[in-house]
Amino acid sequence: MATNNNVIERERLVIKFAGDSGDGMQLTGTQFTDTSALLGNDLATFPDFPSEIRAPQGTIAGVSGYQVHIGHANIYTSGDKADVLVALNPAALAYNLKHCKPGATIIVDRDAFTEKAFKKAKIDSNPLEDGTLEHYNVIAPPVTTQCREVLRDSGVDSKTIDKTRNQFIAGILFYLFNRDPQLGIDFLAKKFAKKPKLVELNTLILKAGYTYAENVEAIHSTYLINPNIEKKGKFRNITGNQATAWGLMAASEKSGLNFFLGSYPITPATDILMELAKHKELGVKTFQAEDEIAGINSAIGASYAGLMAATSTSGPGLSLKSEAVGLAFITELPLVIVNVMRGGPSTGLPTKTEQTDLMQALWGRNGEAPIPIIAASSPADCFNYAFMAEKIAIEHMTPVILLTDSYLGNGSGLWKIPNMEDLPTITPRFAKANEPYEPYARDPETLARTWAKPGTPGAEHRVGGLEKSDVHGAVSHDPINHEKMTALRKEKVMRIANSYPAQEVFGKEEADLLVVSWGSSKGAAYSAFKNLEEEGKSVAFTNFNFIFPLPKETPDIFKRYKEIVVCELNDGQFVKYLRGEYPEFNYLQVNKMQAQPFMVSELTEKFNEILEAK
Amino acid sequence: MTDIKNIQKYTRKDFVSDQEVKWCAGCGDYSILSAVQNALPELETEKEKFVFVSGIGCSSRFPYYVDTFGFHGIHGRAAAIASGVKSANPRLNVWIMSGDGDSMAIGGNHFIHVLRRNMNVNYVLFNNQIYGLTKGQYSPTTPLGQVTKTSPYGTIEHPFKPGELAMGAEGTFYARGTDNNPKQMKEIFIEANKHQGTSLVEILQNCVIFNNNTHHEITDKTTRDDNQIYLKAGEKMIFGKEKNKGLVLDGLKLKVVTIGEDGYTLDDILVHDPSMEDPTMAFLLARMSLPEYPVAVGVLRAVVAPVYDQLMESQIEEVKSISKIKNMTDLMNSGHTFVL
Repeated sequence: MATNNNVIERERLVIKFAGDSGDGMQLTGTQFTDTSALLGNDLATFPDFPSEIRAPQGTIAGVSGYQVHIGHANIYTSGDKADVLVALNPAALAYNLKHCKPGATIIVDRDAFTEKAFKKAKIDSNPLEDGTLEHYNVIAPPVTTQCREVLRDSGVDSKTIDKTRNQFIAGILFYLFNRDPQLGIDFLAKKFAKKPKLVELNTLILKAGYTYAENVEAIHSTYLINPNIEKKGKFRNITGNQATAWGLMAASEKSGLNFFLGSYPITPATDILMELAKHKELGVKTFQAEDEIAGINSAIGASYAGLMAATSTSGPGLSLKSEAVGLAFITELPLVIVNVMRGGPSTGLPTKTEQTDLMQALWGRNGEAPIPIIAASSPADCFNYAFMAEKIAIEHMTPVILLTDSYLGNGSGLWKIPNMEDLPTITPRFAKANEPYEPYARDPETLARTWAKPGTPGAEHRVGGLEKSDVHGAVSHDPINHEKMTALRKEKVMRIANSYPAQEVFGKEEADLLVVSWGSSKGAAYSAFKNLEEEGKSVAFTNFNFIFPLPKETPDIFKRYKEIVVCELNDGQFVKYLRGEYPEFNYLQVNKMQAQPFMVSELTEKFNEILEAK
Repeated sequence: MTDIKNIQKYTRKDFVSDQEVKWCAGCGDYSILSAVQNALPELETEKEKFVFVSGIGCSSRFPYYVDTFGFHGIHGRAAAIASGVKSANPRLNVWIMSGDGDSMAIGGNHFIHVLRRNMNVNYVLFNNQIYGLTKGQYSPTTPLGQVTKTSPYGTIEHPFKPGELAMGAEGTFYARGTDNNPKQMKEIFIEANKHQGTSLVEILQNCVIFNNNTHHEITDKTTRDDNQIYLKAGEKMIFGKEKNKGLVLDGLKLKVVTIGEDGYTLDDILVHDPSMEDPTMAFLLARMSLPEYPVAVGVLRAVVAPVYDQLMESQIEEVKSISKIKNMTDLMNSGHTFVL
């Protein structure tokens, strides 16, 4: 490992990989991420790709990126601006330079900087020579030439050779971060276990990149990120979508119910369907429906039949499902609707992130149809909240909407593998055979009705979208009954708040400013709060995961602070909701509608402005 | 398999619910309900295993009137809901009850896909060629030119024939019956239930209020012998009061001939084979309409094909038997993990 340089220890560091869709940037990013995890760093990742599968090569529109934030410190976001940028072509450099810190290390393939490439990237001159990179630390080896040289006698064509370029860069990174290149080689061996030739070629190139870095004088200092000391135990790197899928599966095992997912492919939620489709060994039934509507309706059918059911989608899909969500609500059947939010409205920005469907989740149905809403806050905690969503759905006999988003779904972080025994129990209440059964008789405590699965003798009954009479469940148009049923359904949902864990507040008991976030803005908002707290500012922080109903102690928390600021990636949906629920407080708001996650720096700045304005 | 000996004997009464039936007096739905309730005791299935699923429309009130498990869904979605019920528990006996608006318009997509997947359910399509519950608008099966509340100058839309659509989706079972022939309906329902896969049964049903006598020419007792052909497997395609008319193939078309005329003898008449995998003949039969042809009733198509819910279960069992992952703990600890 590198010993001949200044070694700079860093608390945290952001690396961004960028290139064409086919350049292997996601692979190199994952390799770097896994190695970081092996070495004990905390981490978070976020891929950033265009909605086209293969946008024109070499153009700005075709740039695909993967950002990794690693730390000795705890990591809560995928990071603001990059300390290190890998750019495999001029377009990737041009697009990402504004996302780099001043003085960042920029690693490029000099051979990719040709006149032809500048034209495609729509830049006028060579950024390696025109002073653009004057204030950066540039490492610009002729990667293509080097790779072709190394593999000259390998017998493979130059197209195949050029695909190994990313491993030359990987080699440089292993040197730059004082890491044993063998870890990268092990990763390749695992990844391409069935393609030994690929392993061989890429290993040669990775080693060549490492040697190159050792020998050139472009690298004056290297980085060392020590292991995180707070995280102990067995972890894995997990994306939010995978964690959501696994959380649902864990709920299935814990409840003893087989699991049915009815779903239709939609970005960025499709990974959940794909992940669950893999796990037939655990009895998961996935039904790829003909449309979003059939996705949810099949899940309602499965729930009626007594299975644990879910449907997964993204914003436009939730719009299509709205009527059926109402059906699940009035039939009081357990169902989890996962909405991985993306930029809207309409098709909007399918591959980008936005917390944009809160109002749709809250109110997007005909009639009085309040439905519990839960929002996850990190890729890893998607597991817990997916699990919780099923627990609530099953024990309270109601559909539940789980909100995640593209940032959480596609991003990843370290997840501590739980013990199944430590997870809460999930207890479905089924009608028993040959006992009197009334479909709308309720548990006195939760007001949940009893679930009666077909196949249970004596429990034959009819439910449906029409209003039903209390207890007996006959079709009823009686006005007083309708009012009663409306109130009962609402009260049932409101009582779910009785089972919430305490709403966590960080920082001072009383302070000048309470920072409020919900769902995925937690990471950035919490990090910004930490910055201010370290500066000795009078601040506190709370994040909402239980959105409807809100935790009961919410107003008691709010009243302890002089100012409340609500941050969210939309035009102010949560703050509008809070204003309706608790109009006695004054709310400030920070909103961002760039379909990109918050940066810690921009929030820190906003909060400071608020504190200074006082 | 169900042990038939242990199933109690049911009668029609066991399938009558406590709900007041609220169809109009004289509605064709009454006789369909009655035929289903008469067929159910003969299906050798425990009562608690029946699930009736419907969408929206007059016909979709059906589940309330049968004393089994029932789910009254939303408009057009019965097939999707039923697909979930059946996939969740293939041992249930699932019936979809739907109308021409519910299945041919708003639920058209689910209709073709449930047939394509060959989910093992029975699908009864009440075709009265009108929107009844919304009081008389034309439906996708209303004949071209008919005056309705939303076509005061006559419709300008070519209608669907459900059977043709079913053949397009390569449905594995298609039968047609009429609401004024309870004996035939019952026979068809029993056949439909025997079939493994999606059994589509179209019933020509009369809406006494908004489209009275729409099927009159086909169903009327005085004309039906000449205007219907009751197809039975293995039998000649013969019809008519005198039983002297039959169907022959003329190029790519069917042709009605009179036995003993123009040189046609009984030997020339086609024999009905609903088990042909190729749906072309069933398509020709489903297409037949007055006045050129009689309308085909009975089981037009019943072919053996893989069944979705059974494949789903067997795939799971197969993967379970070979996988080393037996529970979530195994899964969560498999692959790339890091001890910090």
